[in-house]
Amino acid sequence: MSEREAILAGLRAARPLEAPPAPDYAVIAGKGWDPAERLLRLKRCMAAVRTEFIEAWPDDWPRAVVDWMLREQLPDLLYGPGTAEGRALAAAWPDQGPRLRPYDRPVESFKRELFEEVAAGFTTTLGGIAETGGLLLAPGPAEPRLLSLVPPVHLALLRADRIFDTLFQAFRELGWDRGLPANALVVSGPSKTADIEQTLAYGVHGPKRLIVVLAG
Amino acid sequence: MSAELEVDFLAASTRALGDPQLRRNFRRAMDGLMAKRAAAFADPDEWTRMRALGASIRAKNLLKLPELLERLELNLCKNGIQVHWARTTDQANQIVLDLLRARGVTALVKGKSMVSEEMGLNHFLEAHGVEALESDLGEYIIQLDGEMPSHIIMPAIHKNKDQIARLFSERIKQAKYTEEVDELTAMARTVLRRKFLEAGAGLSGVNFAVAETGTLCLVENEGNGRMSTHVPPLHLALMGLEKVVERLEEVAPLYSLLTRSATGQAISTYFNLISGPRGPGELDGPREVHVVILDNGRSRICQDPELRATLACIRCGACMNHCPVYTRIGGHAYQAVYPGPIGSILTPQVEGAGLRHELPHASSLCGACAEVCPVGIPITHLLIRLRREAGHVLPGSPVRGGGGARSRREDLAWRAWSWVVGHPGAYRAAVWCATRLWRLLPARAPVLEAWTRSRAKPRAAGASLQELARRKGVDHV
Amino acid sequence: MREVYFYATCLVDLFFPEAGMAGIELLRSCGVRVIFPRGQTCCGQPAFNCGYWEEARAVARGQLALFPRDLPVVLPSGSCAGMLKTHYPDLFHGQPEEAAARALAGRVFELTQFLADELDLKLEDLGPPVKVTLHASCHAMRDQGVLDQPRALLKRLRNVELVELERERECCGFGGVFAVRDPALSEAMAGDKVRDACATGADLVLSTDGGCLMNISGTLERQGHGPATQHIAQFLWERTHVR
Repeated sequence: MSEREAILAGLRAARPLEAPPAPDYAVIAGKGWDPAERLLRLKRCMAAVRTEFIEAWPDDWPRAVVDWMLREQLPDLLYGPGTAEGRALAAAWPDQGPRLRPYDRPVESFKRELFEEVAAGFTTTLGGIAETGGLLLAPGPAEPRLLSLVPPVHLALLRADRIFDTLFQAFRELGWDRGLPANALVVSGPSKTADIEQTLAYGVHGPKRLIVVLAG
Repeated sequence: MSAELEVDFLAASTRALGDPQLRRNFRRAMDGLMAKRAAAFADPDEWTRMRALGASIRAKNLLKLPELLERLELNLCKNGIQVHWARTTDQANQIVLDLLRARGVTALVKGKSMVSEEMGLNHFLEAHGVEALESDLGEYIIQLDGEMPSHIIMPAIHKNKDQIARLFSERIKQAKYTEEVDELTAMARTVLRRKFLEAGAGLSGVNFAVAETGTLCLVENEGNGRMSTHVPPLHLALMGLEKVVERLEEVAPLYSLLTRSATGQAISTYFNLISGPRGPGELDGPREVHVVILDNGRSRICQDPELRATLACIRCGACMNHCPVYTRIGGHAYQAVYPGPIGSILTPQVEGAGLRHELPHASSLCGACAEVCPVGIPITHLLIRLRREAGHVLPGSPVRGGGGARSRREDLAWRAWSWVVGHPGAYRAAVWCATRLWRLLPARAPVLEAWTRSRAKPRAAGASLQELARRKGVDHV
Repeated sequence: MREVYFYATCLVDLFFPEAGMAGIELLRSCGVRVIFPRGQTCCGQPAFNCGYWEEARAVARGQLALFPRDLPVVLPSGSCAGMLKTHYPDLFHGQPEEAAARALAGRVFELTQFLADELDLKLEDLGPPVKVTLHASCHAMRDQGVLDQPRALLKRLRNVELVELERERECCGFGGVFAVRDPALSEAMAGDKVRDACATGADLVLSTDGGCLMNISGTLERQGHGPATQHIAQFLWERTHVR
């Protein structure tokens, strides 16, 4: 008998007679918040863990990103060129100043640069979570996983009208309960730890700064 | 993992009690965690309902465990994730080693995994020429010092800043001595960044495994988990078989209960849901993802309807944060992978009820643990059950090593007690003797001596309440 | 006329009989007829907690039979009340006495719980100003949900100032057999509880539980200084009645 069979046989030997309890999700169901309230809560929760916000008009956000990059004097921004947002960003990018770098080839070919040089990365998001703060991302071919992880600064585009009340609601509305991409992610702020005398320190292994570009 | 104990629990706990730094560190840390948890569950009604939801989800899933594990395997495989099964920790270690060797991996970077502690994986790999480097800051710190974790969520909680500063300056190349937390953190970031880049494989635990979607869910704050699972070409995930849940929607309340119970956070920095290796068109991510499903005594625990609740645990650590015993002695005194209340019910079941009988007894049964358990494990109840198992062979019980700590002396003592106390006449005679003759009992008498070590000898009253009631004519029918 | 059973509990019987008597008098002062069944010994909790269930059952069986009428059973000890209420049904699960144990569980009350919730005891304070602090036993708080009731009763005494312990909900370290089985741990916990009590500046430490009271008073006595200790039943009675 394989180990798998032995383990399953051991579990089946239990033969529990109790009827399974029926979980009651009422306590975690939607909060019925309006868009303004959702935005307010998201901002408050995320700001409390050092997330920064750039406010922009829905169609003007590429310029807001450029302006921010200039103000912060960062040398480059990595992005996914295959998305509509990526194209919009490229269209608005100035010829002088910081470099807009496409993440358009397998990571093996530029790992060192990614880890040691790239100053910031830009991604879109699928939405946000109001109750706890948080951004929903689905890395994939167009926006690779490491884009939102390796560069010390992560800029994330969030549409103000795409904020869900709760994670539970987001799972449903994004259809994730029926099937997920190879990688899905919730990010609520820059990376942090409290492992040294319970003192909060930001910027451990993930990005040191998370900047939400709020469009709308 | 060897069940040979270096010292007995009484000796280990007494030594810990005598360490003022340990007591100070734990007191401060536990007070902080308790306060944060209380703030996160400020609404008692919401807490009650959330806990009921968490408990019902875990109970439901435990009742269907074999079916869920099969479905999980099916969907993980559909997603391109390979599944391995290990009944024992030895098997699990071998599976990991074989996978690494076949790919020529000599350096592994680890995200946090308590299952890997159960396996003693680091030592095993090192003995076979594979470096296993911890990347979670707390785990990294204790690995530098060759220690075991003293808490399941905050492994280096027993260390002071100056100890960590000294450790870093001694063990990290070109590191200067600093007690600034930001600088220490930055040092660790630099060292580990290179390791993420160079490691041939990354290892993680699994917080929740979703059967219906074939997904591994990982909760973290630092980003080392995502680094370990996305950067190296091979990702190995270790999970206890009880971590499977049926549906994705079940994860939402469990995740909320976990972060709020563990550190008082409404949400962790990252919640990473992995449903496959690098897919077609993806430019990064691991080429291969493997999951090792570990039993190590869990299927046996499942067979007992009462003890099965032990497996509902979502590893939040709230029980130990609130335990008056754990907060005074820390995790090392337990000499177990899982310390505190959950460790005291889990360890005897995995290693033997007789062998580890001291752990269920290391409790005043105050119930603070059960009060905060987010999935409603009746911990005090199970502590008593394991005390029973330690001293008795219970018919029909699947518990390992039942009766292994049977003591003839204690058997006789309780039998004598029950005879006297079960016969009202004998009891009243004993009470009369106590009230008239208690002065004669020496403070150093066995059992009493343990009391009088730190307290005045108790004084029996001149007449018992039964006598007083009779004298004062209180009705008896 | 309302009737109740009164169950002494072994520690109150032997070490704090005046407190037990005070409890009986408090009930009587509300016009309740108190029935004190003969044949009371111990609820069996020590054996139950140590996993010696056969021995615990042998004792508990007899104690179960002491309360045949459908009347409340009142105990001057939170942990023993918890035993009868929560653990007798466990102890007799699958046994012939299970139904009787469940029936009893529904009518078990800790003394202050009964005095506050069922009788709404009125208290006229005849004593001088005093500062007290309260240690409610873990079992009372967690098994019985009793913390507000003793506090509420104390608040009805005009000249009594109640100051809270800093760690009100933390165990005092008694735990029954735990105190002698893990004495170093028990001592550490009792020491912290006593330090907490001293830091409140209270003149008196009150408890709802005989075991906790023994533990705290024994530790204070060994220390040689600090507040006095008393069972809450005795305190309530003495404050409201001239000796």
